Amino acid sequence: MSNPSTSSSTARAAPINPSAAESPWVRWVLIAIALGFISLVLLLPLALVFRYAFGEGLGVYLAAIRDADTVAAIRLTLITAAIVVPLNTVFGVMAAWAIAKFEFRGKSLLITILDMPFAISPVVVGMIFVLLFGARGWLGPTLSQWGIQIIFTPIAIVIVVAFGTMPFVVRELVSLMQAQGSEEELAALTLGASGFQTFRRITLPNIKWGLIYGVILCNARAMGEFGSVYVVSGRIRGETDTMPLHIEALYNDYLLTASFAVASLLAMLAIVTLVVKSIVEWKIARDQAIATGDDPGD
Amino acid sequence: MSIQVRNISKTFGSFKALEDVSLQVNSGELIALLGPSGSGKTTLLRIIAGLEQADPGGGGIRFHDEDVGQRHVSARGVGFVFQHYALFRHMSVFENIAFGLRVKPRRHRPSRAAIREKVLALLALVQLDGLARRYPHQLSGGQRQRVALARALAVEPKVLLLDEPFGALDAKVRQELRAWLRRLHDELHITSVFVTHDQDEALEVADRVVVMNRGRIEQAGTPDEVFHHPGNEFVLKFLGQVNRFHGRIEQGRPVVGTLALDAQAMENRREGEPVEIFVRPFDFELIGAGDQRPSLPARIQRVQSAGPVVRLELTGPSNEPVRVELPHPEAERLDLTVGREVRLALRRSRVFTEDYSI
Repeated sequence: MSNPSTSSSTARAAPINPSAAESPWVRWVLIAIALGFISLVLLLPLALVFRYAFGEGLGVYLAAIRDADTVAAIRLTLITAAIVVPLNTVFGVMAAWAIAKFEFRGKSLLITILDMPFAISPVVVGMIFVLLFGARGWLGPTLSQWGIQIIFTPIAIVIVVAFGTMPFVVRELVSLMQAQGSEEELAALTLGASGFQTFRRITLPNIKWGLIYGVILCNARAMGEFGSVYVVSGRIRGETDTMPLHIEALYNDYLLTASFAVASLLAMLAIVTLVVKSIVEWKIARDQAIATGDDPGD
Repeated sequence: MSIQVRNISKTFGSFKALEDVSLQVNSGELIALLGPSGSGKTTLLRIIAGLEQADPGGGGIRFHDEDVGQRHVSARGVGFVFQHYALFRHMSVFENIAFGLRVKPRRHRPSRAAIREKVLALLALVQLDGLARRYPHQLSGGQRQRVALARALAVEPKVLLLDEPFGALDAKVRQELRAWLRRLHDELHITSVFVTHDQDEALEVADRVVVMNRGRIEQAGTPDEVFHHPGNEFVLKFLGQVNRFHGRIEQGRPVVGTLALDAQAMENRREGEPVEIFVRPFDFELIGAGDQRPSLPARIQRVQSAGPVVRLELTGPSNEPVRVELPHPEAERLDLTVGREVRLALRRSRVFTEDYSI
């Protein structure tokens, strides 16, 4: 196993296959470039966000966050996420179930359409809904006759965010469910379980980690969505401002500290998301190892 | 609980998986559905279970005079054992077996203590005592299949359906498990149907064997019946090796080379009409020069004596390959040198009439 010429110098960056390894020098340079790049484009900006946020002390930071408009933006963001994430979770599970477990006409078309929100620029998504619900849009005039306004209200925000974050849960679950097949569910049915019992006791535990993974990514995107919300919200401060819009507004007003204070909240969300994501990825890898019999046991 | 299947058909798109199949399984019987892949055997099993719906217009499925054709799979009271076990991977062995009891409606659900007692009894029945807390991935294939069987038996099914139950196991474990399944069936007497493509398995385990091909039942009968009295060419070929000779009809008798066989209802055949004659490898006898019995000349190409019988590969009168199996004592009396000319007498041969040849 050990290669005498490299083993002593590369104890901490051991090559995966010693006989096919580059010289230690090349290896270290590559690792240094990768780490340096990540530091430059990811860690440094993140650190700067926090540095500016706390630049004028904790008091200013807290005051910025307690500002009424900021609180309203945070509240709207949380409400939006609270509506959109469960909606797309339920939809995602149902759609994934249909795709993975049934054969039907138009299945490949459905899979393609499900990916559309990722393919379209968020600004265009916003424009589509303005065309649909705007004052001169297709449905706008009819709706306004009934006294319903959608564009420039939180409803529009929920709609575009729901559209933009739709694929996360479905995409995560389809491949998982397809790999697992439906034999366990059929076995549960032959044992007398109802459809709901089968879902709750068999399907849900099997897709648990994939579902959590999809949900946290969906949540992160729901809270961070900017482009489409920018178009449909009308940016009414204290009413239709979400956190990303509010950050931009504060920045444009040269309120750098306040801007970065709110930004730091989203940055923290990102960090939490990444941590949960790593844990879930580790769990999924472990479950898959168990399912394929690679697990050493207890 | 008997099972009656009447005039069932099933099509998948343009593929006819089952064509007008009828089958009667008597109460307490162990039946094997035997056939090559694509013969419809698994489809038939899944229709009996309710996992597939038969095409409308057929006669339906009855369990002991009760029509279950429209009943949902969860209400049919069948135990189903899947080829790849389908154990619940996130549950322990105990929870797997207890599942069917735990999902019962409250008023039918046994108490915790009763469930526990039942699961432990089933574990003892399938000889897995002490493994209750293991998870499926910690078990061998044979153990997993026995857990699947215990899980199916826990709900006291009216009928037990097994889809290639030993298909994913290695040869030695298969042997053990099928003998064990037969003993278990003799203990429980639950009406059982199992699907297999392995003729040895079907002949060894089942009370009756149902041979299927292309969505139809070719023959149903006891292992002895289907093996010794195959109803047609397909059954004969599928249940073990068979040699085929091309012959013709001469004076109302099938003839291969110079060997005329005993007439087998050949009255309707035209003179000179070609026929195919089938002979099992163990239905040959190698005879000496002094023997006057009618025979076929053949030349030994290969002798393989490691195994329960001695297998010979020969070439027949028109250079067709011929496989012969001889018991060891008989082979030892003969000179089986490669290249030697020998004479083959036929103990038994079969000629099928035109209606059956496919």
